[in-house]
Amino acid sequence: MILQTRAIGKAFGSVLALREVSMGVAAGQVTCVLGDNGAGKSTLIKILSGVHRHDAGELLLDGVPVSFASPRAALDHGIATVYQDLAMIPLMSVWRNFFLGSEPRKSFGRFDVATARRVAREELHAMGIDIRDVDQPVGTLSGGERQSVAIARAVHLGARVLILDEPTSALGVKQAGVVLRYIARARDRGLGVVFITHNPHHAYPVGDRFLLLNRGTSLGEYAKADITRERLTSLMAGGAELEQLEHELRRE
Amino acid sequence: MTAVKADERLADVGRLRRTLIRPELGAVVGAIIVFAFFAAQSPVFRSPAGIANWLDPAATLGIMAVAIALLMIGGEFDLSAGVLTGTTGLILVTLATEYGVNVWLAMLISLAVALGIGSLNGIVVTRTKLPSFIVTLGSFLMLQGINLGVTKLITGTVQVSGLRTAPGFESARVIFAGTIQIGQVHFRVAILWWLTATALATWVLMRTRAGNWIFAAGGNEQAARAVGVPAARTKIALFMTTAFAAWLVGSIMALRYTSVQANIGIGQEFIYIIAAVIGGCLLTGGYGSAIGAAIGAVIFGMADKGIVFLGWDADWFKFFLGAMLLLATLANRLVRRYAEEVKR
Ligand SMILES: Nc1ncnc2c1ncn2[C@@H]1O[C@H](COP(=O)(O)OP(=O)(O)OP(=O)(O)O)[C@@H](O)[C@H]1O
Ligand SMILES: [Mg+2]
Repeated sequence: MILQTRAIGKAFGSVLALREVSMGVAAGQVTCVLGDNGAGKSTLIKILSGVHRHDAGELLLDGVPVSFASPRAALDHGIATVYQDLAMIPLMSVWRNFFLGSEPRKSFGRFDVATARRVAREELHAMGIDIRDVDQPVGTLSGGERQSVAIARAVHLGARVLILDEPTSALGVKQAGVVLRYIARARDRGLGVVFITHNPHHAYPVGDRFLLLNRGTSLGEYAKADITRERLTSLMAGGAELEQLEHELRRE
Repeated sequence: MTAVKADERLADVGRLRRTLIRPELGAVVGAIIVFAFFAAQSPVFRSPAGIANWLDPAATLGIMAVAIALLMIGGEFDLSAGVLTGTTGLILVTLATEYGVNVWLAMLISLAVALGIGSLNGIVVTRTKLPSFIVTLGSFLMLQGINLGVTKLITGTVQVSGLRTAPGFESARVIFAGTIQIGQVHFRVAILWWLTATALATWVLMRTRAGNWIFAAGGNEQAARAVGVPAARTKIALFMTTAFAAWLVGSIMALRYTSVQANIGIGQEFIYIIAAVIGGCLLTGGYGSAIGAAIGAVIFGMADKGIVFLGWDADWFKFFLGAMLLLATLANRLVRRYAEEVKR
């Protein structure tokens, strides 16, 4: 395991957003975090990525307890996060976004623009991302393309762990498929991936381990061998509730 | 395969549009129109001496507009920049005339004060997360009060003067307020400072990491911070850059006129912002250009002097100002729509 939590917890004032959650992510594996709205998924990954500090339990990096002071600190340890809404800066070009915060340098703090352009194009190509022009503003890319660029960026900048917060939730079937493919490609390159989603149908095909959250607590972490897609779906939706809903919605 | 082909063609059109739609575009077109308008009616306006004449207000305004453009691209405003040019000039002249300080030392001290005020603006804005519009409106009013109050306390009048006889004046004047002769025409040295500032700002924006951070801090501060950009530090540096520019302009003015009115610079802050906006800066940050702001300042310089050359009432300048601002913001909105439109 690269990154691991042990009975981790976080409270916002009187709100216990997260209680006793244990999970882990290993190199070359995808750990999916599933749960309903408000289950605590974002809170969990914000602890992993240095946005929040946990106030109970332990966060282990390579088996050593750590606590990240800032997103920068987490980044410096190779933990890169792609947030759904604030992954990229729409008015800036693809290559500027690609190297934002980790710009290649020449002497005197000069930004090596030529290298940045070339490497961005090559890296996107290597990940199989077909961007027509790296000079175009990121705002003109589709949602799926934007997520893909953010993933390629994290891979290139040497991330060991890639955290994705609901990268597929706003996307159509085809675009979601594209993003899932890049997740698989990042995994094949040896990164540990933490993939947050609402959708068990997105999680199951790429996931190696599944953490289920409900109202801030863990419903268990399962290896793929120990759980079927159907079981995952029903746990996720709270089985009985779904049956109830089906009953309610049935035509008279 | 036909689908792919159509796609490629679309991309080509997009590239053409992109090269055409640059932040400076509106300002360049505007400058050409304004020049043609005045040049057609006034031979003096288009003569070398006339050009030197209207380049001068463009230069002093332009130095400020370029700094304000950087700040606006970084997502903030500075309403105290105008009065700060007064504050720095007042400090310089007061120290040199009332306390016999060498002009160069007085300039250093006023620079230190300016940078202090700039960093204070920046720190308050980044720490409190209050809109910079409000924070710098506060410092604007405070500086305005200090400028008048302190000047009255020390001199009993609302101006300080007599810089000419101060030690070190002549050497400082040559560098900051002198002229350069090209052919028969004397150009103000301020024009050189302005060109240097524009070139430097453009280089920083386009070719340094700091430039990337400025665009990012203004475009989406949270996203920038999430990928490790020191957004707060970038913004504080931008406020200090603006303060530095205010010091430069304040010193140029003080050395040129050898006296400073205590109410100088009030109202200028909006002119800087307008020049930056005409030059393509978005009020919402994250987009704009230093060259654009410099050209915006040229438009102002031309209108300012051109109206006088034509013998019009100076009141028309205000009308002109408003019309340019509206046109520029409309043009900017089109650009932004284009840049942010999401292709499906
Ligand atoms: N900064 C905060 N201050 C107070 N409460 C918070 C804060 N962040 C999250 N919470 C609360 O913690 C709980 C878990 O929120 P979280 O954002 O982690 O859910 P989530 O699983 O990501 O949900 P979604 O699927 O809607 O994104 C919610 O009840 C939320 O209101
Ligand atoms: Mg969430």
